Parts: sequence; C-alpha cells; structure tokens
Amino acid sequence: MKKYRIDPSKGLEFGLYTLGDHLPNPLTGESITAQQRLNEIIELAKLAEQAGIDFISVGESHQDYFATQAHTVVLSAIAQATEKIKIASSSTIISTSDPVRVYEDFATIDLISNGRAEIIAGRASRVGLFDLLGYNLRNYEELFEEKFDLLLMINEQEVVNWSGEFRAPLRNARVLPRPLNGSLPIWRAVGGTPASAIKAGFAGVPMFLAHLGGPATVFKRSIDAYREAARERGFDPSELPVATAGFFYAAETTQQAQREYYPFINEGMKLTNGRGYPKQAFALGADPRDIMNIGSPQQIIEKILYQHELFGHQRYIAQMDFGGVPFEKLVKNIEIIGTEILPAIRKYIAKKQEESQ
Amino acid sequence: MRVVGLSGSIVGSKTRTAMDYTLKVLKERYPDAEATLIDLADYNVQFSDGRNYLEYEGDTGFVANTIMDADAIIIGTPIFQASIPATLKNIFDLLPIHAFQDKVVSMLVTAGSPKHFLIAEQHLKPILSYMKAQIVQTYVFIEEKDYHRKQIINDDVLIRLDRLVEDTMMLTETYTKIREAKEAEYDF
Repeated sequence: MKKYRIDPSKGLEFGLYTLGDHLPNPLTGESITAQQRLNEIIELAKLAEQAGIDFISVGESHQDYFATQAHTVVLSAIAQATEKIKIASSSTIISTSDPVRVYEDFATIDLISNGRAEIIAGRASRVGLFDLLGYNLRNYEELFEEKFDLLLMINEQEVVNWSGEFRAPLRNARVLPRPLNGSLPIWRAVGGTPASAIKAGFAGVPMFLAHLGGPATVFKRSIDAYREAARERGFDPSELPVATAGFFYAAETTQQAQREYYPFINEGMKLTNGRGYPKQAFALGADPRDIMNIGSPQQIIEKILYQHELFGHQRYIAQMDFGGVPFEKLVKNIEIIGTEILPAIRKYIAKKQEESQ
Repeated sequence: MRVVGLSGSIVGSKTRTAMDYTLKVLKERYPDAEATLIDLADYNVQFSDGRNYLEYEGDTGFVANTIMDADAIIIGTPIFQASIPATLKNIFDLLPIHAFQDKVVSMLVTAGSPKHFLIAEQHLKPILSYMKAQIVQTYVFIEEKDYHRKQIINDDVLIRLDRLVEDTMMLTETYTKIREAKEAEYDF
C-alpha cells in the first residue's frame, strides 16, 4: 500500500470527485460561466482540505456541458491553492493523449504539490474526444491498453525503451521531471462490471471503481473479481488499494436529500447521457443496501461503514456536484462531511482496528 | 404527447402505405398529439458504431433524438428473411440500453407470406422488452393480398389499424397516469 501512499492504519480515506461538468442549474435554468465553475472547483478543493477530506479529483471530458477539458491545468491550480489534500484525475483519458506528456504533467503537479499527485487512467465513457483529438473509435480498447502500459513503464523506469502501434518509439528516452518520491500512484478507472475490474487486477494496479446505483453486494463481485484476477497474475491483493466512487448528497433528512439532489442528477444525465435517472431507481437510494450515499448524515455514515465492511476498500470518493448544484449547497455538504460524517467514520474504524489488534 | 411513426425499411412501399394510413387516423382522432413520421427511406442513417446517441450528427442524430424524445412509437416493419430488416435493427443499435423505458411501443407488420406471422411475436417483441418498452400486445399483420396498387383494400386491416392507434394512445395515456401517480408518491 505504501507505494500508493495509502496508510492502512488510517482506515478509510474520504475523497471528492468531480467530472468537471458545467451544467445549468435545473431549478433556475441558469448556467454559471466556465470561469466561475473552474474557480468554484478550486475553491471546493480548499474547503475540502479545511474540512479534513483526504482527496479530490477532477475529470476530463471533451464535449458540451463540461469545463475541465484541461484537467491537468485545473489540478495544477488546486496544487498551488492547497497543502495537504491528495490530488488526482477522474479520470485521465490516456487513450487519446500521449503518455509521455501526461506523465510530465502529473510529475510536475506532484512536485508543485509536494508529493500529492496521482493519476487515474480511464477509457472514457463519453467518446466524443476521439473525433476531436483525431483518434479512431475502433481502436478504443487497444489505444487504452497500449498507452496505459507505456504510462506504467514510464512510472517504473526513468529511461524508457519502448515501441508500439499508436506512438512513435522511444529510445533511451528520459521522461522528466521525476515525481517527488520516485513514482506516482497510478490507478485504473473501472466501470461497474467484473469484466472491467478483472483488467485492473491483471495489470496489478489499484482500482478506482465508479458506480451509479444498485445493491452494494453487486459491486462487491467486481471487487472480488479484481482481487482474484490480481492474485492469479502473481500480485498480492493486500498491497493493492481499492477506491469506490459514486453519488453523494447529505441533507438534514434522507427525504430532503433526495428531494434536493434528484433534479440535478435527472436533468444532468439527460443532457450528458441522453436519459434521465428513473425515479423508481433513485428512490432505492434510501435503502441501506443501496450503494448511493444520498441521505441524512446518520444514514450516510451507516452506509459508508456497511460498504467498508463489505468491500474492505481504502478510499471512498463522493460525487456531489453533478448537474449544476449551486456552490452554497456544496459548501453545506462539505461542512456536514467535516463536522458529522468524517469524525463518526474515523472513530468507528479506529475502534474496530483497535479491537482486531 | 409525442408520437413517432417509424417506418423501418428502405425497401418497397407496403409498410409506408400502412404507416401513412395509421398516422392519418392518429392525426384525425387525436389532433392534440404531436405526430411525426420517420420513414427510414427518407434518411441517410449510418450504422451504429457504439457511441452515445447524442453524439451522432445529421440524419442519424435527428432520427435517434426524435425517437428518444417520443412518448409513444408506432413501428411499421416488413419481414425479410424471417426477421426484421437490418435498417430497423440498426435503429435499436443506435439507442441506449433501456431506451424505451416509460415509452409505449406498438407494431404493424407487413409481409409477403402468412408464414411470417410469428416473427413480430418471437423476434421483435423480445427486443422491445429488453429495451424496456411498454408494448401494445396486439399488432396488425398485413399481407400482400391486402394491398392493391399501393392502397390497403381489406377493410378488416383498416379497422385493425384504427384499433392499433386507439390502443397505442390508450396505453400511453394510462401508463403516463400510473407513472405520474407512482412518482408523486416518492416526494422528491
């Protein structure tokens, strides 16, 4: 775990992630400017750090309704504005970028942030960037696998000799600067299914598992499959961190949380994915077995602890800003996380670790 | 209420003839409904390449978006080689999983032979179920002999098409009410 800067004695890390979406507020129909959205993301990182949140990540989507296409630049601004919080991408679409440039960017952010940068590499669930950046969607899978391998190689070796199909060969190439402590944590972003989780296991890299809704036990299958696949290939799963990431929203009562967050999710998904979130499915989020953490602080605490027992994961990452949620609501959520949720989770997990010793 | 008539083939005229009649009835009897005919023969639709339907441009984007915006879809299709035409299957492939959730879908089927009667039942309906459609169970099956010079000449077929329109609208109205009542219970 140390290689990935995870300290198991700390229990469960708590993070935030944003896709960097830039959507109108469905209640008012109004959009903030891209500039304001970017500034608010940076501000959010500062507030998260003050509240004791461990991690924040920003996504890369090249299409309408998004503002963080240049996500490494945003992360770099966050690095400058903060001191402790870990900084990552969620995710970096390595398929349509040059791994050398990506590594240079993140190693630089790592130095600026004094060793806080991580890469989460994904394949893209929205594929408009293939056209925009001049790649053939037909190579979706191979582009990712080849470039992800190269990225891992650059992380391990300062001098790289490499050749492949989608990039000019590298001969005794030195990729600089090097990160503060020699290497960066590099995670593989995984959608919900075991088929996708297995690929992260085969590569022996940490897994960032994103999910929408559904019973937590279903996602446990993906985590089990990941660890099993890693074991099969000779990696030690106890050395490989797992993060889960999904919708989060806290309010005084569960009903209020659902009422406040639903329009953002539903309208936001209509604009970015073309289909809203069915109310019937969203209503299940109030069920303690469901993986969506939307509810009262107490309910969210119970759910996160239940998920932690089930998954044995090292990091939970909350997505609470999707769909144009106004900034004051985000501030309120951070406050609830900092004052109610984090202390309860840390206390409980510390007690449990003490008991098991 | 938005109703789309989808004529699923770029070959021949029988399906289009039946769709024209069906939409004429729809417009006469339900003037408040917003009826749109999409005859695939009028559009140049590309093959699905796996992207989200919002990312298609031109005719493909127009067809996919119009279908996704509909409350009800009346599909007209011929039967080729004991199956639906590739052009219609391609429309399904362009759309997301669960694309027909909360939509009503009904069917009229044209065929050169009565041997094809069960194709809609055993081939088309399972696709619609998978895509979560509320299906109007009874479909209208129209044969070669029901046509003469691009006109439907069998009164029984015409009356069944009238009923198909009525059933489609009735199920859409009813289902919408049920869904709205259910959603109102959630209080969010």
